[in-house]
Amino acid sequence: MNAPFRTEAGGRVDRARPLSFTFDGKSYPGFEGDTLASALLANGVHLVGRSFKYHRPRGLLSAGAEEPNALVGVGRGGRYTPNLRATQVELFDGLVAESQNRWPSLGFDVGEVNDLAPAGLLSAGFYYKTFMAPAGAWKSVFEPIIRKTAGLGVAPQEPDPDHYTHRHAFCDVLVVGAGAAGLAAALAAAGAGARVILADEQAELGGGLLSERGATIDGVEASAWAERTVAALRANPNVTLLTRAQCFGYYAQNFLGIVERLTDHASSPHPDLPRERMWKVRAKQVVLATGAIERPFCFPDNDRPGVMLASAARTYVNRYGVRPGSRALVFTADESGYAAALDLASAGLAVVCIAELRAQADGPGARAARAAGLAVHPSTVVTGVSGRLRVTGATLGAIGPDGRVTPGQTVACDLVLMAGGWTPAVHLFSQSRGKLRFDEERQVYLPGVSAQDERSAGACNGTFGIAASLAEGFAAGADAATKAGFAATAPATPDVKGEIVPAGGFHGAVPHHRDPQKVKAFVDFQNDVTAKDIKLAVREGMRSIEHVKRYTTNGMATDQGKTSNMQGLAIASDALGKPMPQVGLTTFRPPYTPVTFGAFAGHSRGLAFDPIRRTPTHDWAAAQGAVFEDVGMWKRAWFFPRRGEDMHAAVERECRQVRASVGIFDGSTLGKIEVVGPDAAEFMNRLYTNPWSKLEPGRCRYGLMLNEAGFVMDDGVIGRLAADRFHVTTTTGGAPRVLAHMEDYLQTEFTDLKVWLTSTTEQWAVIAVQGPNARKVLEPLVEGIDISAAAMPHMSLREGRICGVPTRLFRVSFTGELGFEVNVPADYGQAVWEAVWAEGQKHDMVAYGTESMHVLRAEKGYIIVGQETDGTVTPNDLGLDWAIGKAKPDFVGKRSLTRPDLVKADRKQLVGLLTEDPAVLLEEGAQVAAVATPVRGTPALGHVTSAYRSPAAGRSIAMALVAGGRARKGQTLYVPMANGAIAVTVTDPIFFDPKGERLDV
Amino acid sequence: MSDATITAARRSPLSAEASSLGGVTLTPGAPLLRLILRGAEAAEAADTAFGADLPRRPNRSATAGERAALWLGPDEWLLLAPESDAASLPASLASALAQAPHALVNVSHRQTAILVSGSGVEPLLNAFVPLELTEAAFPVGMATRTIFEKAEIVLWRTGSAAFHIEVWRSFAPYVWELLEAVRRENAAN
Repeated sequence: MNAPFRTEAGGRVDRARPLSFTFDGKSYPGFEGDTLASALLANGVHLVGRSFKYHRPRGLLSAGAEEPNALVGVGRGGRYTPNLRATQVELFDGLVAESQNRWPSLGFDVGEVNDLAPAGLLSAGFYYKTFMAPAGAWKSVFEPIIRKTAGLGVAPQEPDPDHYTHRHAFCDVLVVGAGAAGLAAALAAAGAGARVILADEQAELGGGLLSERGATIDGVEASAWAERTVAALRANPNVTLLTRAQCFGYYAQNFLGIVERLTDHASSPHPDLPRERMWKVRAKQVVLATGAIERPFCFPDNDRPGVMLASAARTYVNRYGVRPGSRALVFTADESGYAAALDLASAGLAVVCIAELRAQADGPGARAARAAGLAVHPSTVVTGVSGRLRVTGATLGAIGPDGRVTPGQTVACDLVLMAGGWTPAVHLFSQSRGKLRFDEERQVYLPGVSAQDERSAGACNGTFGIAASLAEGFAAGADAATKAGFAATAPATPDVKGEIVPAGGFHGAVPHHRDPQKVKAFVDFQNDVTAKDIKLAVREGMRSIEHVKRYTTNGMATDQGKTSNMQGLAIASDALGKPMPQVGLTTFRPPYTPVTFGAFAGHSRGLAFDPIRRTPTHDWAAAQGAVFEDVGMWKRAWFFPRRGEDMHAAVERECRQVRASVGIFDGSTLGKIEVVGPDAAEFMNRLYTNPWSKLEPGRCRYGLMLNEAGFVMDDGVIGRLAADRFHVTTTTGGAPRVLAHMEDYLQTEFTDLKVWLTSTTEQWAVIAVQGPNARKVLEPLVEGIDISAAAMPHMSLREGRICGVPTRLFRVSFTGELGFEVNVPADYGQAVWEAVWAEGQKHDMVAYGTESMHVLRAEKGYIIVGQETDGTVTPNDLGLDWAIGKAKPDFVGKRSLTRPDLVKADRKQLVGLLTEDPAVLLEEGAQVAAVATPVRGTPALGHVTSAYRSPAAGRSIAMALVAGGRARKGQTLYVPMANGAIAVTVTDPIFFDPKGERLDV
Repeated sequence: MSDATITAARRSPLSAEASSLGGVTLTPGAPLLRLILRGAEAAEAADTAFGADLPRRPNRSATAGERAALWLGPDEWLLLAPESDAASLPASLASALAQAPHALVNVSHRQTAILVSGSGVEPLLNAFVPLELTEAAFPVGMATRTIFEKAEIVLWRTGSAAFHIEVWRSFAPYVWELLEAVRRENAAN
């Protein structure tokens, strides 16, 4: 099957490689090198979408990134991507695309009734006016309906099967855009020896040169010159060429984001290839050569399929070998419109006539058009078109000397081209925080004062035409290379012949004779904003363009107003009677075109979202069937269920066995910091509440750390290894915070101290052996350490060997039982663990996890920082005054402890709570009140911090922070819950072995 | 502390084996003796005892035989030595430095090494490391702490196309798997 609108020859598509694709289920032919847009046009398909609000039929407006209408969904399943611009979707064999925002079909869309809605209903600010009342209806009625009917494509339901990657890159000169100016800049910079990255969003480098016909550079076609230049750049090892690479953001210190599409254009890409690669480029110098975007005209029904930018038609016919219609009317206010007319005529289209908005039609374009026999009508406008799903004709009007329009002839045509002039693409310059300047003569914003090391060249700098762009590109590339430290001079500009240089342009709404209330002349095609919407916004009091934008939604669609912002500004400025710079300019924000979430995430997804930290004995626990819980990035064994056990049963068994005989527990995640140096003890004195000077080597102490406000921030057992060396342990979650806190003080406040901190968290595997038989288990395994009660009392520390491995053996307990913590170098952790486990079998040793650890410590009233504390709890609140070295001159937080608020009698204090019914378990976080049904608004007395079923106590236990709690012992309080209050008695927060007789044995 | 009589089996945090793909070889590092030395006043005495002059220039390393000293801060060095030195070197350093205030801490098991080499090593590392890694910017012998996606590493260039990564043991599988993933991508490119 031949595509009916394909030219016989020419263009840059590969006619030897035919492809097949489907659009809305129908199969069409295309060629390699086509975009979805060019291939659809080759098959005569102009209707490609429905508009956002009015569901009006829409066709292809452009041929590039600025496309507002042709948003399509591409792919299947998890690879389905909505809202892609058909003008940027490269064709491959088997591509599946569909239109969006239509039901039941693109040709007949029920939503189109919106287009017939009375004027005013869906006008500017309709959200604000229509949905004011009744209260609550917005959330429950209007918004859901609007979200359902208005809108774009639908996000896929399946997970994205592709993967994405990142790369940091560095260069002397980054050139954005590979048109005439960009190629020239890259050539000049690379020629001087600079490392150059040249990025362009298209599959082929060359930009506008690839759409040129007639112009020659150094005697060859412009596109051939581009090919030659790209080949020269490719041969230079200092040059990195990125195609399909959209530079989407310009950030601080010449850091730019580029997304390179790697697989979207391929029918069966290599499975290991990422779909997209995000380049994070740090460039010494930047050349912006991002070109310009052609402006459409704002006239009634300017959105009908078949109404297209003149530059787009030129691209389709010259670059893709596609005739975008048969009979074209060209409406222009710029010389570039004539170039399009000439190119279409030479491709065999009938050019009905050229309507020139300007009074004078005697520029180089008009002269060339007349010489080619084309009819040129000056002072002529298009006042409307006929046809709904496709243009069938256009009505012309003549602008009289008074500016009024008189209706003129109606011409039959299936293509209306608009050449309204060019808007420089200053987006990246503006994102770089450069200051824009307004060019009065051409009425456009251009790059003004730079804020970073960049310069603009070519059309984005207001410099039009191939020759001028090449000259400016060469100069910009040489300047960038020079500033990056290379000796560079701009090469001589090649000889350019036969080009029609863009000049002219028009801003604002095209005058017409029709009733402005009854026609729709679109400004923002994607968000369905019309000229009258903008005028209405001004009438209703919007003065700044920022207000007009938000009131009308002009420029707020996925295309971010690439074709509409300047137009909207011109109409608002006209309505306000103020020049454009006084009305303002909306901010250009990244990204330039939408960027996928996948590209930002890169490899940080799924199991690689965060590092998963495993302890040295993780595999043993996993083999034993442990259930793990996440604690920060760590996986910790939570409990070890046996066959048929739930968590409750497993935890009860583990706890009972620890107290009955012995248990083994993985404490490796505990933070560890080695504090070493002649001033180590003094440093500890200042950082912890406890006194350290007199702690003898070989002994341990429970340490409490406060922040400046006097609140508990961490705790842990600290062993003194030598006069100048402490082995500090911290909570698992607090390890990085405590080290940072210590370093902060050491480097800013205590610079006089000779002491150094080294994290040893991961140096040591920690094997806790707890229970009355703990000593019996370890005795046969240790070498050179007497662990008898007399030789190694509670809270002591010895160095020696276990299983031949060097160890730091702590006698400590977080269970209230006789206990040891065996520290061994981490690589030996699992071997030593297995040896302890094997020996433990003689005593029915149990492996227990973090849940049992919590229960065992709670039975003893041991706190957990972060559970019994919340950042507002003092040592006194916790009953830990004994841990404060009162004779010490100072420590972090000391002064705050005497603040009036911290010594009040009614502060929340740690107490135990026992429910009247021992079977009832309180909920952690539940509020504690003085009465069963407190009056609404009564402040709570406190809250439950920990609650467990205690096997040792044979009942439920709980700890709580309660106002004036210690004075309330014996009182009955209430924990109000949804299904009734639970009565509790306030007790000491120690539920087992209150005298500690089991500890010191 | 001497490791001479150890009978227990040693287990590396990385179970992977060395492999090459697309011109890049990944190798889990062998066990090493690793010491963190802090204290600028101790550097001079350490030069002799360690056998290599500790670099005073930021982000540089010094090697002597199989020993290497990496500058990590104005008063901080990472000393690497073969495991066979584990019995003697910590003690001989400690006695040589006895007169100068310092901290010497054994971190042999805290971290592990991943060796990355081959022609594609720079773009591979630059998937996650935000530093410029051309030889001009990061010459052979340069070493620095840096980030690798969400892990902290010490990156040390040991050859024109060879890097030595030091990473805390529990982060090692994460770093290894990301290197593997991007190596596959780059090989397919």
